[in-house]
Amino acid sequence: MLDFPRWKIWAVIAALVLGVALAVPNFFPEAATKTWPSFLPRERVPLGLDLRGGSHLLLQADTGDVAKQRLATMEESVRTEMRRAVPRIEVGDISTADGVVSFLVRDVRQIDAAVEKTRGLSQPVGVTGQRDWDVAVRDSTRVVMTPSRAGLDKAVDEALDTAREVVARRIDPNGTSEATVLRQGDDRILVQVPGLQDSRGLRALLGKTAKLEFKLVDLNANPQEVAAGRAPAGSQVLPYPDSPDGGGRIAVKRQVMVSGDELVDAQQGFDQTNNAAVVNIRFDGQGGRRFARVTQENVQKPFAIILDNVVLSAPNINEPILGGSAQISGNFTPETANDLAISLRSGKLPVTLTTVEERTIGPDLGAESIERGVIACLIGGGLVMLYLFATYGLFGLFANIALLLNVVIILGIMSVAGATLTLPGIAGLVLTIGAAVDANVLINERIREEIRRGRRLLDALSHGFKEASTAIFDANTTNVIAAVLMYALGSGPIRGFAVVLMIGIVTSYFTAVVVTRLMVMTWFRRTRPTALPI
Amino acid sequence: MRLLKLVPDNTNINFLRWRWFAIAVSTILVAASIFFLATKGLNFGVDFVGGQLQRVTLVKVVPLDTVRDRLNALGQGEASVQTFGSERELAIRLPLPEGADEAAASAAADRVRGVIRALDPQARFDTVETVSGKVSGELLRTGGLSLLLAMLGIATYIWFRFEWQFGVGALVSLAHDMIIVLGFFAATQIDFSLNVVAALLTLIGFSLNDTVVVYDRVRENLRKYRKMEIEPLLNLSVNETLARTVATNTAVFLAVIALVVVGPDVIDGLSIGILAGVIIGTYSSIYVARFLLVPLGVGPDSFLPKDAIADAERVKRRET
Repeated sequence: MLDFPRWKIWAVIAALVLGVALAVPNFFPEAATKTWPSFLPRERVPLGLDLRGGSHLLLQADTGDVAKQRLATMEESVRTEMRRAVPRIEVGDISTADGVVSFLVRDVRQIDAAVEKTRGLSQPVGVTGQRDWDVAVRDSTRVVMTPSRAGLDKAVDEALDTAREVVARRIDPNGTSEATVLRQGDDRILVQVPGLQDSRGLRALLGKTAKLEFKLVDLNANPQEVAAGRAPAGSQVLPYPDSPDGGGRIAVKRQVMVSGDELVDAQQGFDQTNNAAVVNIRFDGQGGRRFARVTQENVQKPFAIILDNVVLSAPNINEPILGGSAQISGNFTPETANDLAISLRSGKLPVTLTTVEERTIGPDLGAESIERGVIACLIGGGLVMLYLFATYGLFGLFANIALLLNVVIILGIMSVAGATLTLPGIAGLVLTIGAAVDANVLINERIREEIRRGRRLLDALSHGFKEASTAIFDANTTNVIAAVLMYALGSGPIRGFAVVLMIGIVTSYFTAVVVTRLMVMTWFRRTRPTALPI
Repeated sequence: MRLLKLVPDNTNINFLRWRWFAIAVSTILVAASIFFLATKGLNFGVDFVGGQLQRVTLVKVVPLDTVRDRLNALGQGEASVQTFGSERELAIRLPLPEGADEAAASAAADRVRGVIRALDPQARFDTVETVSGKVSGELLRTGGLSLLLAMLGIATYIWFRFEWQFGVGALVSLAHDMIIVLGFFAATQIDFSLNVVAALLTLIGFSLNDTVVVYDRVRENLRKYRKMEIEPLLNLSVNETLARTVATNTAVFLAVIALVVVGPDVIDGLSIGILAGVIIGTYSSIYVARFLLVPLGVGPDSFLPKDAIADAERVKRRET
């Protein structure tokens, strides 16, 4: 018991020095630590939004969007595929009703070829051999494609990944801010922007799916039919809030001339003639050529600029637009034009996102919380240490040193691991101070007991540490179980609390059992006391 | 130096004699808690029922009723206005209509701000939290689930480490603590938020901490004193660990009381929850967890190593 091997002593001391060193930057102002040489630790404990202020948004994706879009895309693919088939397969009555794509094959002899072609349009999902669409024949003339569960799940998953990236690009176009954008669960995205107070601009930026399309206006449509919302075949009626005739609607061709996917750049600018805010866009090579061709073929005809299925404007093509650049005008302010430019640059959101949870925390409250949290730590810790010293004397002093080391090492580990300190986390720290004491109390009480039973001093010490350790282990395990569940099922700030508890449990075992024992034994060997001051 | 000893050496309190008193106290507390839970119910915060919560720090004191009347005049549903910490710190809760979108929620927040600004132009707006019904329902479910899992998980761990009677004893004492603390929250109508669930989880870990230490001692004594009756043995174990129970809980109590008194007001629910839990947990680990072992049938034969029993039989056979 007395002979701690030398390497063990050094190992313990090295661990302590490392733990304390990692915590050091937290005690200096940030400006000072920035100038430190690079071999010194510089990481600080990251503070949660509730301590530094900022906005927290939980966005919910409308997964129904994904299903609808898949149906529309598949319908388009089926048309193309049947047209391209050799010999061409004549189909009719294509519908996307009831969540399935179905169509009629005019020539019954071609049904097998049609089925084969449509099967070719589906993709395998995962390793089970399942495909993303199930193809069946109904009434021997109709081919029905049903989206499979696995296929839909995969599509939703991919859409969410894309959406997460788009959101990240929109919030932080230059990748410089400390915003975090994470996927949460199957259909949610968590956005945290430190320092941001007014989340309205943020939500406006995220509310747009920014699906930009250019389509030709259908000039043959009967105005009365359009006003009633009915479109001729091959066309569709879209809302047009700023329409010159005041009808609020316009008929456009279904076929897309060019889409926002073919953009390489979008910038806010001003129109040279009337100084109105506009968005200047530039197409990539392919998009530019397509735009040039369509404008050449349709000079003096109007086309519609459509954002998220709403027509912004429908200018006339005065001359062919060959350079691959264009200007979007609408009823913009410089701010809304800039937001649209950002949205266009970052790509379109594959799903509609709605905010289901929003928390905004002012910076003053956070600063106040930190201040009062630190005061609570100091007072609580001070009281506990006074009490320990009064109860166990010298042994209480040993426990107090261990306690201080414990708190510092927790900060050190959190700094290096990047574990966020939240407001409940501060409570966790205070609680850890109280609970870490338990190990020392168990040991000291046991030593007292062993002495009362008449054991020799050294025996009493080693028994005290040994017998108390099973109780300490079991007691800590119950805390770990609670903390792990808290982490697994909790959200944001609660997780911060759980992390502090878990780190605290491990470090307190080290400081309260190992470090204290080292101190006690060193003291015993140096002084060879005849009675224990306990 | 004379050391402080809250529990004198060789304390021998006959806890067993007070057992019926403890049973009465527990029964009354649990019954009262269930009564409050049934009649008043928990005052669920926006985390669990959805809605909007704003925290405001006023510069001048405005009577709560004035704030409440002005807010209700907005016609946005029944506003709940409470102070927390000091009388200048307000927590304002508004229900959100079913299916309200983001724009409606932020418009509601603006109108509340307008009312507060009119009453105190220098008011500071600290937090706005808007939680939709969908998310709050999930938070409530996972919160409840995590409490249940924590209780079962810890009871199972104790069953493996000790014997099943100890696991059952732990589970019952946990349920006892949990009901009483929930009853406390129902009676005081303190805002029941996610933080309180964290407090309850901590309490589950902590309350068991005490119980485990005592069980550990009971096991040790069961092995040491084979001939002793179970009841005096439990009494002995309680007395032997009493100094430790008191010392640890005093330390935790001191730390938590500092948190309640000077700590950030926003987490008062968390701090007060832990404080209530510490008090109940100390009591229950002395009475509920330990003396439950008697009716559950822990006796001198528990924890006998299996091979020792085999040995004993062999000896017996040789004798006959």
